[in-house]
Amino acid sequence: MRKFTLLDGLVVPLDRANVDTDAIIPKQFLKSIKRSGFGPNAFDEWRYLDHGEPGQDCSKRPSNPDFVLNQSRYQGAQVLLARENFGCGSSREHAPWALEDYGFRVIIAPSFADIFFNNCFKNGLLPIKLDADKVDALFKAVESNVGYKLKVDLEQQTIALPDGTAYKFDVDAHRKHCLLNGLDDIGLTLEHVGDIKAFEAKHRGAQPWLYA
Amino acid sequence: MSAQTLYDKLWNSHVVRQEADGTALIYIDRQLVHEVTSPQAFEGLKLAHRKPWRTASMLATPDHNVPTKNLGGGIKDPISRLQVETLDANCAEFGIVEFKRGDARQGVVHVMGPEQGATLPGMTVVCGDSHTSTHGAFAALAHGIGTSEVEHVMATQCLVAKKSKAMLIKVEGVLGRGVTAKDIALAVIGRMGTAGGTGYAIEFAGSAIRGLSMEGRMTLCNMAIEAGARAGMIAADDTTFAYIKGRPYAPQGDNWDKAVAYWKTLHSDEGAAFDAVVELDATIIRPQVTWGTSPEMVTDIDGSVPDPASAPDAVKRGDWERALAYMGLTANTPMTEIKIDKVFIGSCTNGRIEDMRAAAAVAKGKKVAANVKLAMVVPGSGLVKAQAEQEGLDKIFVEAGFEWRDPGCSMCLAMNDDRLEPGERCASTSNRNFEGRQGQGGRTHLVSPEMAAAAAIAGHFVDVSKL
Repeated sequence: MRKFTLLDGLVVPLDRANVDTDAIIPKQFLKSIKRSGFGPNAFDEWRYLDHGEPGQDCSKRPSNPDFVLNQSRYQGAQVLLARENFGCGSSREHAPWALEDYGFRVIIAPSFADIFFNNCFKNGLLPIKLDADKVDALFKAVESNVGYKLKVDLEQQTIALPDGTAYKFDVDAHRKHCLLNGLDDIGLTLEHVGDIKAFEAKHRGAQPWLYA
Repeated sequence: MSAQTLYDKLWNSHVVRQEADGTALIYIDRQLVHEVTSPQAFEGLKLAHRKPWRTASMLATPDHNVPTKNLGGGIKDPISRLQVETLDANCAEFGIVEFKRGDARQGVVHVMGPEQGATLPGMTVVCGDSHTSTHGAFAALAHGIGTSEVEHVMATQCLVAKKSKAMLIKVEGVLGRGVTAKDIALAVIGRMGTAGGTGYAIEFAGSAIRGLSMEGRMTLCNMAIEAGARAGMIAADDTTFAYIKGRPYAPQGDNWDKAVAYWKTLHSDEGAAFDAVVELDATIIRPQVTWGTSPEMVTDIDGSVPDPASAPDAVKRGDWERALAYMGLTANTPMTEIKIDKVFIGSCTNGRIEDMRAAAAVAKGKKVAANVKLAMVVPGSGLVKAQAEQEGLDKIFVEAGFEWRDPGCSMCLAMNDDRLEPGERCASTSNRNFEGRQGQGGRTHLVSPEMAAAAAIAGHFVDVSKL
């Protein structure tokens, strides 16, 4: 997994609540058996005026000029600013894959759906929960300042605003450690093979029908 | 020991180890696998030269992508076909039991698992699909996971997790005529919002829940995720045991008696503490219909499309306005005046035999309205299909003008050919009414099977409690 330590990134505001994973990456792209290449189809139905199918050259498709990601001032954005319950709906990890492949490294919202939130950390994406009033203030600042960037420091757990304000954010220690070091969980878990085997033996004794 | 919730019992009995910050390694008893969220996990295993820890804990079936017509004819879409063939090849390579297309046991993974007795009380159950919450109906701890976690569980039989908060949703009283588990689910979501359960594991309890069949309990737990909760669960009781007994993967002989003795302990203790409690009166729940693009945008069948001017705040007002524009609806329109173009009866929410029976009872002797272009019934599995045919339900549907299809996820998410065209309006027994969910530009109204069948006959939404 890609490490995440520090980012000084351009912010794009996506001003709607309950953005679901069907919107982030529509179902037809889930037919892929790969985990890369989803970026051009992130937010496909909002981003393009035609119907997208896997395998198209997206650079030749008509883009929707009203969709915020298509505006020239937000090209190259790495920080996605969003509203409540971002990433609700399906467990498809294709959603964080698409956002990461598009170029995002950080998503800031007042709240996230649980499965999506968890999936982000497995893919070098940092989802940050901030109070709704701070998110609101960021929306206003981004919209009124072209080229608005935020400095995100995972080690310090801070977001620095251009005006010098700094917001602290929470991140759980295990996830922070994995993200800072680019570690994937499987290797870490397999350090505890002995514990898993011991548990399994005890569990088998207590509920033998699970192993019949 | 102090009083424990059902969630405490399920969690505590699966902790392999726990870190100081609460991050735990949780042992997983059952992993269900389908074609969409597994190929990258299998690839990851192979790249790392790892093998599944316990293949006997896994059960696979293709569902999301499979066509629901022309069962013997293969899959035309080459990308879909490759994904299904990749599942077949991975299961063959690692020795994982798979019910392939054409096998009567194939079906929507959350219909197939319980039907096989592969979901048992006390288990931890995961699958790369958010509707894994369905299996909580059996007093199991069940939730959806991402593909990285699918690979993690394959490789280690464990999941890295932190315990959620516990919520009790208590529904007391007797449901009214024409009111179903689906309506309880939608009424709960309408009240709590789609983020109301975020961070929680929900236990559904109360006399209305105890009165539900296993099919109804699965419908309710299935939609816990639509309330934001990864897991929903219901205490085990005689209804649970009766459903499981005799199924292929159910315990046999001595093991059955031992298992039932243990399963009887799988309920919240008297006085157990929950982080949140929500109480609902079952007697006032009416048949529900969604009007917007989120399951929380829902109202009673007697209700109307809401006016964004009455939204509680500016963000919600914007969401409601966008939803009405997308849905092609005008504020204050009575729900019963909304005409539909298509009907979908099926999915992991409502694709079980009881759902087929309920829809058939409404459709019997009637005809699908002329303005309805397509009304399709998609059984949740080959076994549901066979059972329904044995009961003559297929004939009732076909005579009424419904199409009777082969099992799969179908138009719940429209990954196969079953989809809405832009602007088409659908009465659907599925679980999500997101923009584009059933096809780009498609407009979804979530309802129960009874309500969907009644809408097919009338050509618009009607109150099934008055039929």
